[in-house]
Amino acid sequence: MPRWGLVIDLDRCTGCQACVVACKHENNVPFSTPAEATHGRLLTWIHLVPAETPGRVGPSALPLMCQHCDRPPCTDVCPTSATYLSPEGIVAQVYPRCIGCRYCTNACPYSVKVFNWSSPEWPGAMAEMRNPDVSLRPKGIVEKCTFCHHRLMLARERARDEGRDLAPDDYVPACVQTCPAEAMTFGDLDDPHGAVAALANNPRAFRLMEELGTKPKVIYLREGE
Amino acid sequence: MSEHEAIVAPILQAGPSFRRWAAALGAIVVWAVFAWVWQLTHGLGVTGLGRPIYWGLYITNFVFFIGVSHAGTLISAILRIVHAEWRRPITRMAEVITVLVLFFGVGNVLFDLGRPDRALNVIKHPHFRSPLLWDVASISVYLTASSIYLYLPLIPDIAILRERTTGWRRRLYTRLAVGWTGAPRQWARLERAISVMAILVIPVAVSVHTVVSWVFGMTIQPMWHSTIFGPYFVVGAIFSGIAAIITAMVIIRRVYGLEAYLRPIHFNNLGILLLVMCCLWFYFTFAEYLTTWYGQEPTELAVFTSKMTGPFAPYFWAMVVACFIVPFTILANPRTRTVTGTLVASISVNIGMWLERFTIVVPSLSHPRAPIHTFVYIPSWVEWSLMAGCFAAFALLYMGFTKLFPIVSIWEQEGTDAVPAAAA
Repeated sequence: MPRWGLVIDLDRCTGCQACVVACKHENNVPFSTPAEATHGRLLTWIHLVPAETPGRVGPSALPLMCQHCDRPPCTDVCPTSATYLSPEGIVAQVYPRCIGCRYCTNACPYSVKVFNWSSPEWPGAMAEMRNPDVSLRPKGIVEKCTFCHHRLMLARERARDEGRDLAPDDYVPACVQTCPAEAMTFGDLDDPHGAVAALANNPRAFRLMEELGTKPKVIYLREGE
Repeated sequence: MSEHEAIVAPILQAGPSFRRWAAALGAIVVWAVFAWVWQLTHGLGVTGLGRPIYWGLYITNFVFFIGVSHAGTLISAILRIVHAEWRRPITRMAEVITVLVLFFGVGNVLFDLGRPDRALNVIKHPHFRSPLLWDVASISVYLTASSIYLYLPLIPDIAILRERTTGWRRRLYTRLAVGWTGAPRQWARLERAISVMAILVIPVAVSVHTVVSWVFGMTIQPMWHSTIFGPYFVVGAIFSGIAAIITAMVIIRRVYGLEAYLRPIHFNNLGILLLVMCCLWFYFTFAEYLTTWYGQEPTELAVFTSKMTGPFAPYFWAMVVACFIVPFTILANPRTRTVTGTLVASISVNIGMWLERFTIVVPSLSHPRAPIHTFVYIPSWVEWSLMAGCFAAFALLYMGFTKLFPIVSIWEQEGTDAVPAAAA
């Protein structure tokens, strides 16, 4: 069974935020106004934050999304198992089961789970541009990065129809596919011959807040000299 | 029975003052219902909350109300077990606080849920590793146990009222008195049941507030992840609980003219208890904050500094004044440990303990580990309205209780001649 992971090379990342836009479109994440964003109502599954990274004096722009921890602090505290760690290592959120208590959002040290403060709205023509593969979330529940799990399900179905195994290129999340600088690499961390496993062992590799023991599966490569 | 007319009389009649207060409180409750419907319609966006401050006034009130619930049952049970006979006139009014206030603790969690319509998912799909589920379990047990503990000693009093009333009241009391005749066998059973419950509710009460603290303590968030949170919260709960009892006692004493039952000795004794809890509270607070400061761990320090000198400093220092300086000054001096003195100290403690809950919930969330955008949380009119509604509804239900049942246990006054021996 694969253990999905993501490597982000900060040396290649230009901070263009194409991943942020791609994720919003792919996953039907609603829009927010600047005023709403100021009051913490911005819904993003991935966003750029100024983070201090090893070997750098000043903060770097770092794309932050669910770290898909192998030991996630958010899943333990969920009273209804609405959020859980899937056997393939994806931290999932079951929207119809979530009661909106926001305990998981508070337990997450990365603050990457977001809450639907109001009913989602798409202005004008945007409503027709929503992705039919991803369900819309009602107000009052928590949502988060799923590593574009719907793409995995589609890729599996396609591979099964074609009578073959899932190939490494069959499944990549929207952010990885979009990144113009090719800074993001996605794949099976347990595949010793895969690109992700090799990059994860790069000397530049680090994980965010590793000291907390959350064992994230998003791995960053720090900027070079 | 006539010597206890002062207790029975207020139950059977309601004056114009009662109606005025009921109408005013009722209006606040109606307003709060409107605010809740507003929130249900528009979502939690109508609150002042946002990422990363996901919890605010509702969770503060939840912890506060659950804390106050320790008033009754725990105090009354402990005093009953140690045979502190001066407790007799005050246990009932304390136990009522417990039962009523628990509903508002639970209510505030429902206000806080994004999908209250799915609240039963915690029973349909329980996840036993979640401290919130432990809360559901322990609060349900506590509510059941403290309701039974309130009801049992009420039975003989209900039987007294049954004999003195007609109409719907008589039917109600007949049903609730469950055939009480005062036979020796019934007395023996009742006494045994009460003593079993008195012992049983103590560990349950301690567990309730310990588990509430674990909602915070079990996470790894800065200044939440603390091993002393369990006992710290229990101490704070008993502290605010005693303060709530004293406040209720002063009001009931004035309104119903129960000066013969609630005498300065009661306020003196409870004042000493409050003083002890005040010192314990200070000890725990000091230990907690000194350890955090000495460690200088950056994420912890960010929260610590925001409380000491940052945006939360006004709340924090107001808490220190209200929870320690004011009550300690008043209660440590026997000359100021009067009815008025203990009332002032109690109101101060209740305000201070609310601030303590607030300065535990909000500052930690305002300073997340991740370098994300944060903001200053200002509660909205909806949150304030629901909070006002909770206090108004509590007062209303409490008033209602005094019109249905004796707020001072009549049968426990028998033979004490309203002047308990221990008080002499």
